[in-house]
Amino acid sequence: MITFEHVSVQYADAPAPSLHDVTLEIPEGELVLVVGPTGSGKSTLLRTINGLVPHFSGGTLTGRVAVDGLDTAEHRPRDLATVVGLVEQNPSSTFVTDVVEDEVAYGMETMGLDSTTIRRRVEETLDLFGLTPLRARSLRTLSGGQQQRVAIAALFAAGPRVLVLDEPTSALDPVAAEEVLASLHRIVHDLGVTVVLAEHRLERVVHHADRVVLVEEGRVSELLDPAEAMLRSHIYPPVVGLSRLVGWSPTPLSIRDARRKASSLREALGASAPRPVADLRVIGPADAVDLTGVRVSRGGRVVLDGVDLTVARGSVTTLMGRNGAGKSTLLGAVAAQHRLSGGRVRVGAAGIDPHGRSARERVRTVGLVPQQPELLLYAESVAAECAAADDDFGAPSGTARALLERISGGVDPSVHPRDLSEGQRLELALAVILAGSPEVLLLDEPTRGLDYGAKKRLGEVLTGLAAQGTTVLLATHDVELAAEVADRVVILADGEIVTDGPAREVLASSPAFAPQVTKVLLPQTWLTVAEVAGALARIA
Amino acid sequence: MARLELRPRLQHPAAWWLWGLGLATAASRTTNPVLLLLVVGVCVVVVAERHDPATVNPLPAFLVIGAVIVVFRIVMTALLGNGFVGQTVVVTLPSVPLPDWAASVRIGGTVTLESLLYAAYDALRLAAVLACLGAANALASPRRLLRYLPATLYDVGTAVVVGLTFAPQLLTDARDVRAARTLRGRDGRGVREMARLTVPVLETAFERSLGLAASMESRGYGRSVRSTTTSRRAATGLALAGLVGVLAGLYGLLDSSAGGVLGLPVLVLGALLAGSSLVVGASRDPRSGHRRDRWTWTATTTVLAGAVPAAVLVIASAGGWPGVVPSQQAQLPEVPLLAVLAVLVSATPAWFTPRPREVAP
Repeated sequence: MITFEHVSVQYADAPAPSLHDVTLEIPEGELVLVVGPTGSGKSTLLRTINGLVPHFSGGTLTGRVAVDGLDTAEHRPRDLATVVGLVEQNPSSTFVTDVVEDEVAYGMETMGLDSTTIRRRVEETLDLFGLTPLRARSLRTLSGGQQQRVAIAALFAAGPRVLVLDEPTSALDPVAAEEVLASLHRIVHDLGVTVVLAEHRLERVVHHADRVVLVEEGRVSELLDPAEAMLRSHIYPPVVGLSRLVGWSPTPLSIRDARRKASSLREALGASAPRPVADLRVIGPADAVDLTGVRVSRGGRVVLDGVDLTVARGSVTTLMGRNGAGKSTLLGAVAAQHRLSGGRVRVGAAGIDPHGRSARERVRTVGLVPQQPELLLYAESVAAECAAADDDFGAPSGTARALLERISGGVDPSVHPRDLSEGQRLELALAVILAGSPEVLLLDEPTRGLDYGAKKRLGEVLTGLAAQGTTVLLATHDVELAAEVADRVVILADGEIVTDGPAREVLASSPAFAPQVTKVLLPQTWLTVAEVAGALARIA
Repeated sequence: MARLELRPRLQHPAAWWLWGLGLATAASRTTNPVLLLLVVGVCVVVVAERHDPATVNPLPAFLVIGAVIVVFRIVMTALLGNGFVGQTVVVTLPSVPLPDWAASVRIGGTVTLESLLYAAYDALRLAAVLACLGAANALASPRRLLRYLPATLYDVGTAVVVGLTFAPQLLTDARDVRAARTLRGRDGRGVREMARLTVPVLETAFERSLGLAASMESRGYGRSVRSTTTSRRAATGLALAGLVGVLAGLYGLLDSSAGGVLGLPVLVLGALLAGSSLVVGASRDPRSGHRRDRWTWTATTTVLAGAVPAAVLVIASAGGWPGVVPSQQAQLPEVPLLAVLAVLVSATPAWFTPRPREVAP
């Protein structure tokens, strides 16, 4: 269906080619997963399939890419629209119309289908993706998962034989991600559509894949069996990590397969109790953040309703919950980004009211890294950004730079912040905020677009900060990060706190938020591969 | 006859816009405050009953702008005068002496009731026309209207829709960037602070535009669908000429000072041109929109309901009926009963048109 013959892509000014001599043949009706670290050339590979690279992006493509027999050198992306649909990372920025139904119809309108066909296909597609109740809704009012489903439905409706998706679930909560993947599963299995998808959160997708392609520094492997690929890959989900640790063969990819093999491991671990790494942390009195009856309305809708929460000094607390449950708003209320319509907020050992202080005073007590870290960055280079941060926070010059050195694995100071990878950009934003040395650090959805390496480093940074007494409160969908770093998990639903407790208890008992290792080893409550490895080492 | 049950749906946007234009034409022909306030009232009632719940109601914004215009005109007239000399002195402001070459301008001095009333009536007329446009906007968003552009202008229409989304998005971006600035301890409002905001806002907007352009490209925007370049160009040219004609004609109709006689013929000519472009272009371009609203009897009746006050007031102003352009005296203006009835007729679509679709929360 898709043929790559000796394809290389070189962007102008880039030191090395983004893709290097790729030869690949993707057969019809397969779900192919593209795996690789950030910046390895995954997005470039995906965008060559419909010709956006090089027709739209510039750069030089050598070799030949053909889809359904059509050479992308001769056909522009718009002419390939009937054959290939491309779903971008951030669906909300790709919507052309403003109502769900119109968006689904748009592709077919540009193709000049007759109105009876359009009507029929719109109805079928809305049903297939479960969007019928939303058909008259404005796209801006939808949740992230709904938007992603509309984006896929809009492309699917135009009837392409190939769907290409770039990180379709990275911004979604676990349940919404499942919905999106179930839709994809259905169109692959029932309708024979070829799907090529790149995703960082392998734990969500790898068991859906028929084939896996590994990408590393522009070099692309041949089509691999998923289990075999996971043995070779540098990037793997926790269940594969567990399998590598214990030496299961063949490598299980789903929880179900892993559980079948795990009985002996459970027996071996039976005697020892989980001992979290975070036990070393000194957790102070519960006065770092104190919310009493907090109520926030946004756009005429009550988003938070009577939230009471106290957070202990030097602890790491994770806020979890569906998209739109009020997590970001809660962080915003603590950082005085949203006005309270009721209740009170006190932050820091001194118990200051962030809403009653000027921004300059506030940032010394509470720092927030927003969901889009690039909003914080506006200098021309990393070095200038760090200098500006020192100036903003009145810190001695070089503070932010030193923090960045410590947090990141080395960032070139002359690079423009927009050219950094997602992970590096987050690290820079974090360094900027930490330059104010806040007592309480808030992070909103920090793992969006991060690969496992960047995520692991973030986990270490947060653990280190907490050990030094900084209180960390983070909102995330990322169950594995929560398992890695959190002392405590608070689950929000509909603007109210529904569960609040030690991380191990809450994560292990929730079907949606349990990490993979827990799901494999239940009823024992191990959270991470590292914990299991530690216990096995002690037993041996 | 069985009771007429209409399925909840949105009425054809062209019907609402023609209705709004009819009412606006009526408003532009009179300065009678009673009639003008009645027009505004009709707009409010119809919008309250039938506006599209899926979009934000823009009428309040238009009403506020109208109110600002009225207040501004009155204040400016009090300060600067408007060349209208009256007898009833309201107040005498201290006047600023000006040199001879500025003799036609005055600042301060006597403020007469007559000149104030003249200004208020005139500004009220503009406010009423604005209310009519706001009502048309609320009843059928311009995006929905754009879907009825001839098939040959399909891509132009899409570009306009994208533009309409872009401006409000820029505001949201600015708010986000400003909020992010406070996270770095900066909450100043000075010029330098604003300058700092522009770069990230424009950068975000630019990136979004690129993303949207890529998405539109990969979704087939601008494909040629079984038509030759020449025929497409001819049709687009005709359609644009027609649209210009329609706009010029409307202008002529609405603004009595700019040769109202020419208005109607230019409008007809423009409509004919636009119509012929439809025939030329659409015959070769098989593109069709999804779920066009049907033109039903309620749509026709709505247009007629808008045409009644327009016709009555055009005749009234041409025939010089008493009270259509009231004198600026300190007394209640005469109210022409027939005109009042005509304006009231235009409120009837609030009841006989179908209810708008419900939107799930």
